[in-house]
Amino acid sequence: MRRGGKDESGLATDFPAITVRREAPVDAEATRKSFNEMSEMIVLDRLTKRFGALTAVDAVTMRVAKGEVLGFLGPNGAGKTTTMRMIAGFFEPTSGSAAVCGFDVVHAPIEVKRRIGYLPEGAPLYGDMRCDAFLEFAASIRGFSGAERRRRIDRVVEMVELGEVLARSIETLSKGFKRRVALAQALLHDPDVLILDEPTDGLDPNQKFHVREMIKAMAPTKAIVVSTHILEEVEAVCTRAAIIARGRLVADGTADSLLARLPHHNHIVVGVPQAEAPQAAALLRTLAAEDVAAAGGDVDGVATFSIAVDAIDGGLPAVAHHLKASGVTIERLYLERGRLDDVFRNLTLGADGEARP
Amino acid sequence: MRRIGAVALRELRSYFSTPVAYVFIVIFVAMSSALTFYVGGFLQRREATLEPFFMFHPWLYLLLIPAVSMRLWAEERKTGTIELLLTAPLTTAEAVVGKFLAAFAFVAVALAATLPMWVTVNILGSPDNGVIAGSYAGSLLMAGAFLAIGSCMSALTRNQVIAFILAATVCFLFTMSGLDLVLDAVRAVFPPVFADVVASLSFLSHFGSITKGVIELRDGVFFLSMIVFWLFATTVAVDLGKAR
Ligand SMILES: Nc1ncnc2c1ncn2[C@@H]1O[C@H](COP(=O)(O)OP(=O)(O)OP(=O)(O)O)[C@@H](O)[C@H]1O
Ligand SMILES: [Mg+2]
Repeated sequence: MRRGGKDESGLATDFPAITVRREAPVDAEATRKSFNEMSEMIVLDRLTKRFGALTAVDAVTMRVAKGEVLGFLGPNGAGKTTTMRMIAGFFEPTSGSAAVCGFDVVHAPIEVKRRIGYLPEGAPLYGDMRCDAFLEFAASIRGFSGAERRRRIDRVVEMVELGEVLARSIETLSKGFKRRVALAQALLHDPDVLILDEPTDGLDPNQKFHVREMIKAMAPTKAIVVSTHILEEVEAVCTRAAIIARGRLVADGTADSLLARLPHHNHIVVGVPQAEAPQAAALLRTLAAEDVAAAGGDVDGVATFSIAVDAIDGGLPAVAHHLKASGVTIERLYLERGRLDDVFRNLTLGADGEARP
Repeated sequence: MRRIGAVALRELRSYFSTPVAYVFIVIFVAMSSALTFYVGGFLQRREATLEPFFMFHPWLYLLLIPAVSMRLWAEERKTGTIELLLTAPLTTAEAVVGKFLAAFAFVAVALAATLPMWVTVNILGSPDNGVIAGSYAGSLLMAGAFLAIGSCMSALTRNQVIAFILAATVCFLFTMSGLDLVLDAVRAVFPPVFADVVASLSFLSHFGSITKGVIELRDGVFFLSMIVFWLFATTVAVDLGKAR
């Protein structure tokens, strides 16, 4: 998966010039920019990451507000994980900046990390630990101890339904349970910001549903970024979607605003038997303000027409009414909203139709 | 502090989560006693001293310490858990120190398992217990220095075998640099100051003076500063290495 200066087993050879960035000696609170809690929980400003010649993330600028669930989409290798790693403080940006709750990820990394719950890609875990021991570790490292730690662990164990595997060694768990353990770790401290890299990957349909419900329930009090390849998930849980391709942000908006980019978004689709096509075409022409061409052509003896809903007075009911009145057989009649998959394809396939490896 | 403790505790637990830890301790105790009796001629000396016991520690550590330190960072990088560790609210330095302390505690346990030697020598005669106590402390400090080197080497790779070989090599250089064999070679090529510098970095000569009963502050300071230096280097290596 990872390419660049180093292979699976070798030494890291090409270290860049040594720059040791110590933590800023100044009080972290002092470096905090005043920030509007409602609109600027996460602020990315021309955030860029290069690996040698490869620009993995290219000047990404966006904001996530409290109450938002941002769906982060993009083909494999687009730079989603790299972006999330920079927000979570694992990678340092090459240029540009990222701030969480007003704290810059480079200058106040600890303050940022305190406020983030992070589920890394692939949910890496200490396989040799027992599930409960791991959660205890995750809680201790976040400064919880004693009864408080117990209470927090109990809470997340219930949230992600881990009770039955607590006493088992993590490496013996199934993939879905591992993901749930990693999710539990991210929720322990009830963070203001959640960064979840493919949280539902490997979960069964029930658990997918459960995790989505959980995200929706937490959304009002947090800013959440979820990367995913499942586009239905975006419509199910996200208030907004951002699409990234080859490191660049190519779209950012609500699912509806993204769908509106499709040429056939909000079109009425009418299907009639081929024999009645001329009659239907004539009728539709009188209804529509614009010209109506047979769109779908002949499929199994059915001719389809597609007309923008805005072009017709009275919309879909009017079309149905007139077709019925003139005795045309209606094989199909529906409002086409378009699919996010199509938006995704249009935006992320380059001229050569190839996604980056 | 508490976060360092959490890291150290987790690491220590994982040392003891497999039988390898116990095997290691048994090997350490068995080899150090065998060397003392058979090679060091402990009984033939007819004097109550643990010098023949401590004399082999640098050479034992040379092989055994890299085995303890090799997984510290290489494994975190290989399995990706380093991402969990370093996105928790602690500095890289805290993580480095926490892991080092766990390895150090583990070696301390192994060393403590040799305490019956001390008892034995007291039964056989009346040794200078001050020297022995100092030697134990010196040996522990030297182990710490070896571990700090190993931790840095482990941070350079995600392959534990490579981490082991690197650590053994660097530890070997720091041990050997005290031998006349090496020093003569250095003297032949470089001005004499270099030989002095090389000799002063030798674990062997610093440890040797401790076990001979010449307990000087500067030997302790030497090992401590070695530990600090290599842990600092580890921090740099971890920070630079995580992006690849
Ligand atoms: N540590 C690294 N060293 C070198 N190149 C890297 C590294 N991490 C990522 N890359 C490269 O950066 C690009 C973006 O990778 P990233 O993992 O962010 O993609 P992604 O959008 O998360 O993809 P996926 O959907 O497959 O998870 C890829 O071309 C990848 O090969
Ligand atoms: Mg990814």
